[in-house]
Amino acid sequence: MTTLQLSSANPQLKHLMKTLQRNDRSRARRVALVAVIMAALVGTTACGSTMRLLHGTGAKRPEATEFGLGPRVSANRLYVATLETATELRTRRLQTVRLGIVDADGRAVEGAILAIDGGMPEHGHGLPTRPRMTRVLGAGAYEVEGVRFNMGGWWELKVTITSERGADIVTFNLSL
Amino acid sequence: MRNAANRFVVLSLLLLLGVTVAATTPAADGWSPAQLDELRSLSLGALEPVPADPTNRVADDPRAARLGERLFFDARLSSDGKVACGTCHQPDRDFQDGIALARGVGVTDRRTMPIAATSRSPFLFWDGRKDSLWAQALGPLESPVEHGGTRAQYARVIAEHYRSEYEEVFGPLPDLAAGVEAVTRVFVNLGKAIAAYERRIEFGPSRFDRYVDAIGNRMPTDGRLSDDEVAGLRLFVGKGNCTQCHNGPLLTNNEFHNTGVPRRTGVPIDDGRFAGAAAVLADEFNCRSRWSDAPQHCAELDYLVSDGHQLQRAYKVPSLRNVAGRAPYMNAGQFATLAQVLDHYNRAPAAPAGHSELQPLRLKARELKQLEAFLHSLTGPTIVNGLAGPAR
Repeated sequence: MTTLQLSSANPQLKHLMKTLQRNDRSRARRVALVAVIMAALVGTTACGSTMRLLHGTGAKRPEATEFGLGPRVSANRLYVATLETATELRTRRLQTVRLGIVDADGRAVEGAILAIDGGMPEHGHGLPTRPRMTRVLGAGAYEVEGVRFNMGGWWELKVTITSERGADIVTFNLSL
Repeated sequence: MRNAANRFVVLSLLLLLGVTVAATTPAADGWSPAQLDELRSLSLGALEPVPADPTNRVADDPRAARLGERLFFDARLSSDGKVACGTCHQPDRDFQDGIALARGVGVTDRRTMPIAATSRSPFLFWDGRKDSLWAQALGPLESPVEHGGTRAQYARVIAEHYRSEYEEVFGPLPDLAAGVEAVTRVFVNLGKAIAAYERRIEFGPSRFDRYVDAIGNRMPTDGRLSDDEVAGLRLFVGKGNCTQCHNGPLLTNNEFHNTGVPRRTGVPIDDGRFAGAAAVLADEFNCRSRWSDAPQHCAELDYLVSDGHQLQRAYKVPSLRNVAGRAPYMNAGQFATLAQVLDHYNRAPAAPAGHSELQPLRLKARELKQLEAFLHSLTGPTIVNGLAGPAR
């Protein structure tokens, strides 16, 4: 490697440094451009179908952090509900789930009645079955049978909880 | 500086080589691990064993299946002595007949459905008006345009021609002169024997399944699927949105959807699942009926959606296995070719009644051809498991 003894006073060096800085800037611009194109391409392929479906119903898929089995707070903050499944939720089969329900102070909610609804907001259709609360397990736990998802994608499972504390609704966003 | 530059060039070349090798390695064929998981979920390798049917206690009795096979092909079970189940459900044609509207002693309003793997479907017929294979088998027997006969006539056929086989499976044949109860019991058992046979009718592997096996095991895929078929598969699991309904190893979610299929002129108004859901709840032979062997365990009926807008003109999603050999398509054979079906899904016209769940796909003509090519790769044998001799 050739070693150059250069000082900052050297005008040639100043010129070289400016050229390098210009190159750095243009490289940065190129990198940024490539990144933008890549992001656009990824967006087109990964989200194309979602966007098309969004066009159909206007439904907006929630953030990833809004998905999962909970705990989820009800709309009016009366309850906090957690979904429990014996095995991972799967498509095309009838499944039984459990719901654990506590109030805003964390106390188990007894004597509640649950009503289940839901569907695919992006497709504009409801659940393919009509699940029902079938057992009261005690300590704020309830069993719901007859849950089925007939395709992959974003599903909402809406649980209306009615107890002496009042009626409120918890929405679970599930990704199948 | 030059050494550093050389190192950069060498590293870049190695990286490029690595990317190239990764992208072209025959085992992966360009599929990501997540995509490969999805492909596996669509292949026969993911198919679970035939589920138990507690409503039919002879469902897995080989003697019942052998009796059922003979009954399936017996034209004495019809008003004119010319129509058997196998008249429309022809074994050499994937157990269907290749015509738009099925013809028994008359002409029906619907397309004959294939039978393979229907043991896994909670509801049978295009509108799901039956909830077991045995209850399904009884429907056409009493339809005036299909077999056209009566349960009393069929019970007599059993008594005269199948007494010993029947009694071996079901016990003593009741005295048919005793009345409708005895006749119906024999009629129901006839259906249960046919169901025991039909449960054994399954799909064999297609070229698509062999392709998924190959990429899953990192084996060469040469010749298993053409470039167009692979491109069609990418569309099938991608922007074609096909797997929204055609998912799982049978390529059906076994549900009912309105996809805006046009009415067939010349047949009565057809509401699809809207009428079918009500019919199955009221069916004389449903899971909860006194003829069922497990009337306490009817989860499918317990959680059935029996009303609502989404049932209007919703029809059963058929399996796509062997679809290329099964024209014409849809519930009344409205489309003559796969190309017409794909054009329909691409345009997504409004439904004649109810609300179509489709959105326009806007696929190009070449992409539609590729999808059609892929559908041809789903062709495989139909097999009858565990009975001596091939299906007739």
